[in-house]
Amino acid sequence: MKLSELKELLKAKELTNHISLNVEIRSVIASDLMSDVLHSGVPADLLLTGLANNQVVRTCDIAGIKAILFVRGKVPPGETIKLAEECTIPLLVCEHSMFEACGIIYSKGLKPLE
Amino acid sequence: MNQEAILSEEFEISGGDFVNGGRASCLIKNILKEIGIDAEILRRVAIAAYEAEMNVVMYARRGIMKLVLTPKRIIIKVEDEGPGIHDIELAMQPGYSTATPEMREMGFGAGMGLPNIKKNSDKFNIESTVGKGTNLEIIINLNNKNV
Ligand SMILES: Nc1ncnc2c1ncn2[C@@H]1O[C@H](COP(=O)(O)OP(=O)(O)O)[C@@H](O)[C@H]1O
Ligand SMILES: [Mg+2]
Repeated sequence: MKLSELKELLKAKELTNHISLNVEIRSVIASDLMSDVLHSGVPADLLLTGLANNQVVRTCDIAGIKAILFVRGKVPPGETIKLAEECTIPLLVCEHSMFEACGIIYSKGLKPLE
Repeated sequence: MNQEAILSEEFEISGGDFVNGGRASCLIKNILKEIGIDAEILRRVAIAAYEAEMNVVMYARRGIMKLVLTPKRIIIKVEDEGPGIHDIELAMQPGYSTATPEMREMGFGAGMGLPNIKKNSDKFNIESTVGKGTNLEIIINLNNKNV
């Protein structure tokens, strides 16, 4: 599924400017623990998180995760959005809780990491 | 080191600076990516460097991260001035963490950093002097197909 389709599905808002949402999302990780995100052997395409700070963006840049979706309407500070633009990582925010967002995405056939 | 360095870079790390924390590791990742280092090796280097850098940010006053690239391996050295580690064996155990509640709220303190650095390294050395600081050496071999 494209990130742009996922955005519609979750009624999410785009936070970054001029960062393409034409990104293929095949696998997803949902976590607020950055070390967990860094622990998996292969990168997921998308991170769902309730944490909104610079380290979330750094972690995804380091781990090779292509996009971030913040749940529960958490909008990170402007400097974090700027950092994401520098790293070409698109940021989205939705109003759903983590549980709801995961459920919706899972029901569309997207898979966790093995 | 008995091998000629192709590339050698140094970056400063400031303790307590969560805004810029991770910057050095991201720069190192970008440098190595540009050179054309294999993606899987790149990911291992980046993750190990980042976990090491964030430990300096969280626990030490300041530190230096050095990147050395030789024809056969990538070497990351992280040397900090800080409290040091009393019991390295304990610190290496998965789940052991002295992170504060504030650090946990920022997504850290799972106690998986040092074990994950070791997992991603081909060779990993850690030395620490209580009251002085901690030195890490992370070595990741390049495959012959690289360089
Ligand atoms: N550079 C350092 N200086 C002082 N103590 C450190 C350093 N790195 C790690 N430690 C200690 O080792 C523990 C385990 O580190 P780590 O495995 O990275 O987990 P975490 O950072 O999640 O606590 C830390 O909680 C801390 O007590
Ligand atoms: Mg750590």
